[in-house]
Amino acid sequence: MDFLIGLYDSLPVAIQIILKIVVIMGPLMVLVAYYTYAERKVIGYMQVRIGPNRVGPKGWGQPIADAVKLMFKEIVLPTHADKTLFLIAPLLSIGPALAAWAVFPFDTGLVLADINAGLLYLLAMTSIGVYGVIIAGWASNSKYAFLGAIRCAAQIVSYEIAMGFALVGVLVVAGSLNLGQIVEGQSGGFWNWYWLPLLPLFVIYFISGVAETNRAPFDVAEGESEIVAGFHVDYSGMAFAVFFLAEYANMILISALTALMFLGGWLSPFQGTFMESWFAWVPGIIWLVAKTFVFMFLFLWFRATFPRYRYDQIMRLGWKIFIPITIVWIVVAGAMQVYDIGPWYQ
Amino acid sequence: MKTVIHYIRSLFLLELFKGMSVTGRYLFKKKFTLNYPEQKAPVSPRFRGLHAQRRYSNGEERCIACKLCEAVCPANAITIEAEPREDGSRRTTRYDIDLFKCIFCGFCEESCPVDAIVETRLYEYHFEDTDKKTGAYIMTKEKLLAMGDKYEAQLAEDLAAQAKYR
Repeated sequence: MDFLIGLYDSLPVAIQIILKIVVIMGPLMVLVAYYTYAERKVIGYMQVRIGPNRVGPKGWGQPIADAVKLMFKEIVLPTHADKTLFLIAPLLSIGPALAAWAVFPFDTGLVLADINAGLLYLLAMTSIGVYGVIIAGWASNSKYAFLGAIRCAAQIVSYEIAMGFALVGVLVVAGSLNLGQIVEGQSGGFWNWYWLPLLPLFVIYFISGVAETNRAPFDVAEGESEIVAGFHVDYSGMAFAVFFLAEYANMILISALTALMFLGGWLSPFQGTFMESWFAWVPGIIWLVAKTFVFMFLFLWFRATFPRYRYDQIMRLGWKIFIPITIVWIVVAGAMQVYDIGPWYQ
Repeated sequence: MKTVIHYIRSLFLLELFKGMSVTGRYLFKKKFTLNYPEQKAPVSPRFRGLHAQRRYSNGEERCIACKLCEAVCPANAITIEAEPREDGSRRTTRYDIDLFKCIFCGFCEESCPVDAIVETRLYEYHFEDTDKKTGAYIMTKEKLLAMGDKYEAQLAEDLAAQAKYR
């Protein structure tokens, strides 16, 4: 062990950072692959079928088989597409989804870049993902892709506002933009986490997150029934796989952020109760992962349950319901903070 | 009042939670899926699969070339040629069913006065090639009789089970 630490310390800083990135990205990519498998299984179970079970034991090899298949497929370049933009778009889509993990704290001090404007950076990164979609729709030079891109752009811009306001609420309560400090501010057990004082913002943040990642029931950007597959209709092979990865990476990111900002991140839910000592041996990252999985499961549950929203209803929900509620609750949260109302803030 | 109730219901997502409770319950229900090649769905005695021709127990073929099946066939899939044999009995020299034309309606089976042409329970088959010359998709008399010999026990049982309804 000491030898390994010594070896690590002797490496140049650039290599150390690359190693850290690999340590974050490796498990994340495996999680993305098996998230697709989990999606097919969970939705299958909810529809009273059993989902993929052919490749490997219980179908565990399915994501690997899918990945291998997509790698060997041809990337078709449409004749009238803008070749450069067409190939850059998937990268623009996955780049921000992965870059956002740079400021994500997995435990006390366990973070790649401990910057003070972490929340702002996250907001920027989750928004920038929309460029990949817009450019993909535009570069494909096809009417379906273009319609998908327009829908996606309008939707993400709308929900970005509600999402931003929900995070302002967190900011007001935590008094910090640093994600680590936001989590530390929630210490003190289940009832001290921000989900309770910020309940409306918590719900709105997660629903906006679903809309932001273009998942059911807000997946009009790829509505199969009317615009085939939306922005990625012309993509095939690895280019399509990258879009796919980006979508699932974004879902995991949104789940993890919701867990971080409203459910106390790596903090144990038993803090401050008599059970605290029983679970003291559990590392914080396990709690974080468990909370993240809850939201990841919710994504799948939503998809198995709800039919797709009509487009104007999506806009109505975003602009006329979410934004007013978030604004009102920011005021309420501010008042609670200033006048020390409620047992939540020490 | 109604609008207020509706407003509260939609604001607190009550209907959405109701929907999620339904799918949540189905998550734990018993699954209907059959793992096809390992498990198979039960097959009715009336099942209309691939065709066969039967024989009497003395080995004589049942078909008497009455051509009722050829006449009733809505898809014109059956072609029969017949002439008297040396012993004077009337038999087919050619009995072809074109499986591309056949719609598996079972009329041939119903029309047959001697229960010669029947449809087996076999539904898993394929043709290696669809070439007109090799004619793999045509059930000739030889193939039909071979099928009949192979599945006679099952066929007799199914016919007996259905006899009282015919």
